[in-house]
Amino acid sequence: MGISRRHFLKTVGGSIACATLAGVTLPGSVMAKGGDDHALSDNVNAAVKAKYGALPIEKSDRIQIKAPEIAENGAFVPVSVSTDLPGVTSISIYADANFTPIVASFDILPKTRPDVSLRIRMAKTSNMDVIVKAGDKLYRASREVKVTIGGCGG
Amino acid sequence: MKVRAILRDATVQVKMLIKHPMETGRRKDEEGNILPAHYITEIKAVCKGDDVFRAEVGPGVSMDPYISFAFDGANTGDTLTISWKDNKGESETLDVVISGA
Repeated sequence: MGISRRHFLKTVGGSIACATLAGVTLPGSVMAKGGDDHALSDNVNAAVKAKYGALPIEKSDRIQIKAPEIAENGAFVPVSVSTDLPGVTSISIYADANFTPIVASFDILPKTRPDVSLRIRMAKTSNMDVIVKAGDKLYRASREVKVTIGGCGG
Repeated sequence: MKVRAILRDATVQVKMLIKHPMETGRRKDEEGNILPAHYITEIKAVCKGDDVFRAEVGPGVSMDPYISFAFDGANTGDTLTISWKDNKGESETLDVVISGA
């Protein structure tokens, strides 16, 4: 079972809950515009195609990903994604090494800002890929997130 | 579920924290039995009759999901209705009033 839940909540859980509710950036979060230059893995490519069909995917430096360089706990990795691409209708987030690569997807509706933050699980150090659908095209950006304790509890 | 919706410069910033195990369905208990999958699959927010947020989520989202998003076209005093559903058919809905910064 590993780290007991009480110990986890006493140490990490409380600070994360307080920090996120107060809107404070957690230490170790680094803003990166456009992120690293990693091609999508076959795994993630397949997941993107399953969701969006076989649209062309172009790398973009207009997608901003905020995520820790090193996540101490893969069970709670805070990420923020925003973009200044025009005409955005969808944003989705993938973690390459997770059992199911797609983590979340967001419909960007007429009134929705293309700006979301959430906490995700990452099974181990891997790329986090973001896909933005704008017009008829898909745009991508990636960040590698190093994970010290894997996030899926297995 | 706890939700805060605050109007700042014509945009409503929403932060929500939903109490949910987000069990992946791949973990085992001490006896080796699989803990059944139990996770939120969709989250939605509606304001003045329009969907302003729609998310599909799953086991890749952390336990007790914390999500924040933003939308335009609403004012302080307007009601925002947030709801979620999970893979077991459970759900929750909450109305919050948009407050000023």
